[in-house]
Parts: sequence; structure tokens; C-alpha cells
Amino acid sequence: MLAESLFFSAVLFCIGVVGVLTRRNAIILFMCVELMLNAVNLTFVAFAQVYGVAGQVFVFFVMTVAAAEAAVGLAIIIALFRHRQTVNLQNINLLKG
Amino acid sequence: MLLQHAAAAGTHPLSGTIAEWVWLLPLLPLLGFVINGLASLLSASHLGPDDPSLAHGPHGADGHAPHDGADAHGAHGDDHHPVVRHRYATLASIVGPAVLALSFALALAIFLAMRGAGEMASPFVQTYFSWMPVGDLQVDAAFQLDQLSMVMVLIITGVGTLIHIFSVGYMQDDPGYPRYFAYLNLFVFFMLLLVLGANYPLLFIGWEGVGLCSYLLIGFWFSEKANADAGKKAFIVNRIGDFGFLIAMFLLFANLGTLSFTGVQAGAASLGFGGVLVTTICLFLFLGCTGKSAQIPLYVWLPDAMAGPTPVSALIHAATMVTAGVYLIARSNFLFSLAPVASLVVVLIGALTALFAASIGLKQWDIKKVLAYSTVSQLGYMFVGVGSGAYVAGIFHLMTHAFFKALLFLGSGSVIFAMHRAYHHTHNHDDAQDMRNMGGLARYMKVTWVLMWIATLAISGVPFFSGFFSKDEILGGVFLRARESTLAEAHLFGIPGSYILYLCYVIGLAAAFMTAVYMTRMMIYTFHGPNRTGDREREHLAEAPWVMTGPLVVLGILSAVGGWFNLPKLIPFGPLGGLEHWLEPVVGESTLRVTNGVLPEASHGLELALVVAAVAIGLLGIFYAYSQLKPDRLVPKREAPGEEGFARVLNNKWYVDEAYDKAIVQPVVSTSRGLLWRGVDTGLIDGVMVTGSQKLAQVVGWAGSQLQSGQVGTYAWVLVIGVLAVIGAFTLR
Repeated sequence: MLAESLFFSAVLFCIGVVGVLTRRNAIILFMCVELMLNAVNLTFVAFAQVYGVAGQVFVFFVMTVAAAEAAVGLAIIIALFRHRQTVNLQNINLLKG
Repeated sequence: MLLQHAAAAGTHPLSGTIAEWVWLLPLLPLLGFVINGLASLLSASHLGPDDPSLAHGPHGADGHAPHDGADAHGAHGDDHHPVVRHRYATLASIVGPAVLALSFALALAIFLAMRGAGEMASPFVQTYFSWMPVGDLQVDAAFQLDQLSMVMVLIITGVGTLIHIFSVGYMQDDPGYPRYFAYLNLFVFFMLLLVLGANYPLLFIGWEGVGLCSYLLIGFWFSEKANADAGKKAFIVNRIGDFGFLIAMFLLFANLGTLSFTGVQAGAASLGFGGVLVTTICLFLFLGCTGKSAQIPLYVWLPDAMAGPTPVSALIHAATMVTAGVYLIARSNFLFSLAPVASLVVVLIGALTALFAASIGLKQWDIKKVLAYSTVSQLGYMFVGVGSGAYVAGIFHLMTHAFFKALLFLGSGSVIFAMHRAYHHTHNHDDAQDMRNMGGLARYMKVTWVLMWIATLAISGVPFFSGFFSKDEILGGVFLRARESTLAEAHLFGIPGSYILYLCYVIGLAAAFMTAVYMTRMMIYTFHGPNRTGDREREHLAEAPWVMTGPLVVLGILSAVGGWFNLPKLIPFGPLGGLEHWLEPVVGESTLRVTNGVLPEASHGLELALVVAAVAIGLLGIFYAYSQLKPDRLVPKREAPGEEGFARVLNNKWYVDEAYDKAIVQPVVSTSRGLLWRGVDTGLIDGVMVTGSQKLAQVVGWAGSQLQSGQVGTYAWVLVIGVLAVIGAFTLR
């Protein structure tokens, strides 16, 4: 059971990583990040079955932080869209050195 | 050597006598320096008479030769720049000579105490405090009083006092009057430190100090570039010699562990007779001497040093400082007597210098240049003396030379003073030092004329004048040592020492002939024949005031009778060998070591022959010059044609300065300019290091900024690759 859960979460995480690396749309990128977070959450839960409830408590923390992050992140994306009329990250390079 | 420790413990015959006050000897001139220096500084803030550019007024820019005696104008009805005597002039003219006179009086008292103390086998060493206590190196601030330093102290303070008094007249209207006396007093302080120091480092302090004062006084009229340059030349050339002196001290300390004279004397024997080490030490010491005492190859600074005031030339560049090298060798006799090869080098260099400088002196027109080359030549004689182990003869010649050369220089000062005054009255800008502008001055300055003839006869070795005795003793000493001595047995470059010594004897005779010729030439051109000064100037020519002629008279008497200090057996008119007996405790042992334990005794006939040869060659020189030179044919400098042929080579000093310039100065300058300045400084340091590091930071910064594309995707890639790399590294470990 543990092995399957870990394998599943690893697959989810990799999908998230590939999404972040390949997609250019800020919304999709954001979703992929959420996917990675949830992959990690799944790992926590899986391990909690073996090592005790501490992992499950951690998941709640992660979900709280993810909710807050989603709020802030989406707000930024909306602000960005209002400013540049696009959410394509290739067109946005304000951090250029 | 136990005796010396006893001396330190206070059982010395001199302890408790006035010799305890030996520290006051140098301190008096130092006090004079402080007072005169303060007087000079206090008035320095007032513009006007202290401004050196006013010293020469309108004469400054006309390039009329070294500005000696330029100070002499003024006070005598001068109309274009009223000279105001320095406001502390009276103070300086009292303090300056007075401290010297007091010092001389004290020296005399100590001398009498030494004579009263009877036989003094060991030096009287007074230790004041520990100066350099560094591990094994223990150097005390200590004075050593023995017969040799006593002779030097008497010469320095005695001749020094006379020259200080002369300066009162010579420098009377100079705007830098107290400054002049401050430097002169400081010089005497350092000179006394040099001869009284009980160890090599203390001697070295004096050695450097007199070099400093020499520099300051050569460039005394520094507002003219030639004078300042001459000072710099003297300073730099002397540094080369000092390097040798320092190396010698390092070697002495490394091998003997001590630097005090008594300590080195005690340990010298352990260096071994004729060993490489002791020879090296002696040669390095002699390198120091060639710098300070103007011997080949470092003599070039002394003729240029004539840019200073004439009394300075008399005191520093004739009577005292330049003889420091001779003193150093006489002081280190316990080393040189162990190193016959080094001694041979000293004799050879001395003899060559004597001949070489004398040949240049034959064709100089500047009266002070003649005397300058004469000084170099006579210093060569002294080195022949001390080098060949005839230490007494060398010191004896040092003493008589101090008398007659100081007299000659002061006499020339008196001449220049008169010439300059005459030219000044008529606003003539001719060269007051060129003999072609003089002639017939005997009619106008009788006292100077008579006294300078005495000095000329003395330096030429005419019998019964002082120079006769000392020069004869040196030449005789070399001749006898060529027959039998450790030097004669040694080899230099494979040539037996005795041949070299015989050669040096012949060179010495040749130089004596030239000495007589150029001195007579100088006298004839200056004082005899028709006057070439100019018709209007002639009536202003006059003898110098008594404050200047007075010291001349005293020096004249000393030049005439100075030989009585050390009479040879051949002339039993007074105390025989006075100086020889006096110096016996200091140099006796070394003298005997050089001569293989027996004092060189010449048969009566041989000694007479040597004396006759020396006298004959001197008289021959005088008569040759007298018969060959035609002062009537001379024309003033501005009308004179240039020399032709060999005379031109001599007049241009064998082109040695030019050769040094080409061989050393120019390469150094071009290396400095091309390699060090353009290459290292602008190229390497400015270009590569300063600009280069700035460029490097710029490039690295630019490359770093290229990574910051602002593309989140790229960052994500970098992040992921980084994470994979870290995980990979952990996994594969």
C-alpha cells in the first residue's frame, strides 16, 4: 500500500514539474505548482500510516498555506493581466538583470 | 685585551681626569646648531632678506658659473639691492665660532690630561647607555678616547674654529647666515661623533651625519639648480660607498658577534691572516672609504661639491670629512693588517687616484676646481700611506693636509671674495673663480699671496714645510714596504705585491711632480703676471678684512711648521717622531705585523736618496711650471679659446663624468623610464592590475547579468537541474 501511494505521488509530482517546465500560461503553471504541493501532501499521508499522525497534521498546514498562496498568487496574476493584457510568462521578464 | 675591560671598570689612567668630560666635545657644537637653527627658523617667517632668491639678485639668472662668493656683495656701497644683515647675524657670529673654540679648548685640556697620564696602552671608553640591545647585538652609546681620536679631535676642532672665524667675514651679508652656521655646527657635531664613537655603528651615524651636512652645505645656495644638483650628486654617490660600509658591518657582526672597536680588535685574530673573509670585510670597508674620501671610482662628487661656500670646501671637502675614510682604515688597522691583498688594493687605488686627479688638476681654470682635484689627489696619498701599513704616515699627511689645504681653500676664498667685490662694484658678470680673469693679484692682496705660497710650497713637498715631511714619509714607507712586508709577499691578480708597491712609489713620485706643477700654475695665474680682471674692476681689488686673514695666518704658521709634529731621524731639529710615538699604542702592533715584526729600517744612504728624489721631483715641478707657463699670454675667460688636443681631455676631466653618464646614469634613467615607468608602473600596475581588476569585475558582472533573463521558465529549469544534481550527488555517493 505504501509503495503504491509513494509511486502515485511521485508520478503526480513529476507531472507538476513537467508542467511548470513546459507550460507558459501563468494559470496552468500555478495549477502545476498546486499539483506538486498535493503530491507532497499525499506522501505525507502515506507515511503517516507508518510513522504516526504527525504527517497528517502537516498536511493541514500545507493546505492552509496553499490556500493563502493561491489567494495571493491568483491576485498577482489578475493584477498582471490587468497590466499587460496577457498571462503568458514568456512576455513577462521584469526580473531581467 | 683584559686591559680594556679594566678601562671600562674605571681603573684607566684617564678616569677621574677632565677626559670624563669627553661627551661635552660634540655636545657643544650641537648646542650651537640648536641656537643657530632656532635663530634661522625664527626669522624664516619674515619675507625679505631671508628669501634665498634675493641672495643673488640680478646676478642669479646670468649663469655666471658657480655662485661662490656671491654672498660677498652688498655692504660695500651696493646700489641695486640693499643688503640687510640678518637680524640674528650677531648672535650667529658669536655662537657659531664660540662653541667650536670652547670645544677646542676642552680638547686641548683633554690632550694635556692624556699626556700627563703617561703611557696609555688601552683606549679610554666611556659608556653612556645601551643603544641597541637586540639579542646578540649589543651596541652601546659609548665614546672611545685614544691617541688616534685625540689627533682627529684636535684637527677637527682646531681647524674648524679657524674656518668658523673665517666664515664670519666671508658669509657676512648672506641672507642665510644663521642657517649656514647651524649646518656648520651640526657638521662638527657629527664629525666628532664619527671620530669619538667607540663602535662601528656609532661611527656610521657620524659618517652619515657628515654626509647629510655636506649635502646641505653644497646646496646651501639651493635657488640655483646647479648647486642643488651638486648636493644630490654627492649624496647619491656616497650612498654607494655606504652600502659597502654596511655590508662590512654585517659581516663583522655575523662572524665576530660584536661591533665595538675593542671587541673587533680582540676577535680579529680569529678571522685568520689573509683569509677570504677578512679580505672581503676590508674591501667593503674600503668601498665605503672610496665614497666618503673621493677615491676612484667614486671621486666624481668632490669636484662638484665646490658649489658650496668656500669655507665649507675648506672644512668639509678638504680638511675633515673627506679624511674620514683614512681615519676609518687607520681605526680598522687591526683588520687591514690581516688582509695584505685588500691593503694592496687600497694602495693601488690610492696611488692611481693621486695620479689621475693630479693630471686633471693640471688643466682646470676654476681656482676651486684645481684645489678640489688636488684634494682628491692628496687623499690618494693618504690611502697609499694607510694602505701600505704606514698608518702614522697616513694620519700625519691627513694632519698636514688639513693645515695647508684649509689654508689654500680659505686663501682662494679670500681671492674670490676680492674678485667678487670688484666685479660687483662695476656690475660685471664675469666668473669670479676663473683664473683667466685673475692674474697679478699679489699686488692687491699681499697677505693672501704670501700665505698661499707657503701652502703651495708645503703641498709641493719643498723641504722643511709640513707637506715635505708627511709626503716623504708616505713615499718612503711604500718604498721600504715594497722590499720587506706582508704586502710585498702577497699577490694581487697574480702580480707580486712588491712590484705593485714599487709601481705605486713611482706613481706617487709622478703625482708629486704634477702636484708641484698645477699648484705653481695656480699661483702664477692667480697672483703673478699682468692683471686680467678689467680696468674698471682693478681699483676695487683689495685684501679681505682681518677676520678672514687672521685664520689664514694661523694656518700659514701651521702649514710651515706642521712637520715638527713628526720629524724623521734624518732631520734632528726637535722631538723625533712625535706623532709616531703618540700613535704607537693604537697602530704599533698592526704596523709591526705588516712589516713582519721588524720596523723598516733604511740605511742612511737609501733614506737620503729617497728624500732627495722626493724633493728633487717637487722642485723640478715648480721650476718646470715656472719656466713653461706664460701668464702674459693668458686672456680673460670670455675671450679665451677652447683647449685643443690632450689639454682638452684633461680640461674635461678625462670625460669621466660623461662616461659615467653614458654607462650608468643614462641606462638607469632609460630603464626607469622605459621599463619601470612605462612598463611596470603604467603597464603592469596601472594597466593590468588597476584597470584589469576593474575590467574583470565588469566582465563577471556582465556574464552574471546574462543569467538573469527574467524568464521564470528558465529559472525553473535551473532550479530543477540543481535539485536533480543535488539528489543525484547524494544518491551516487
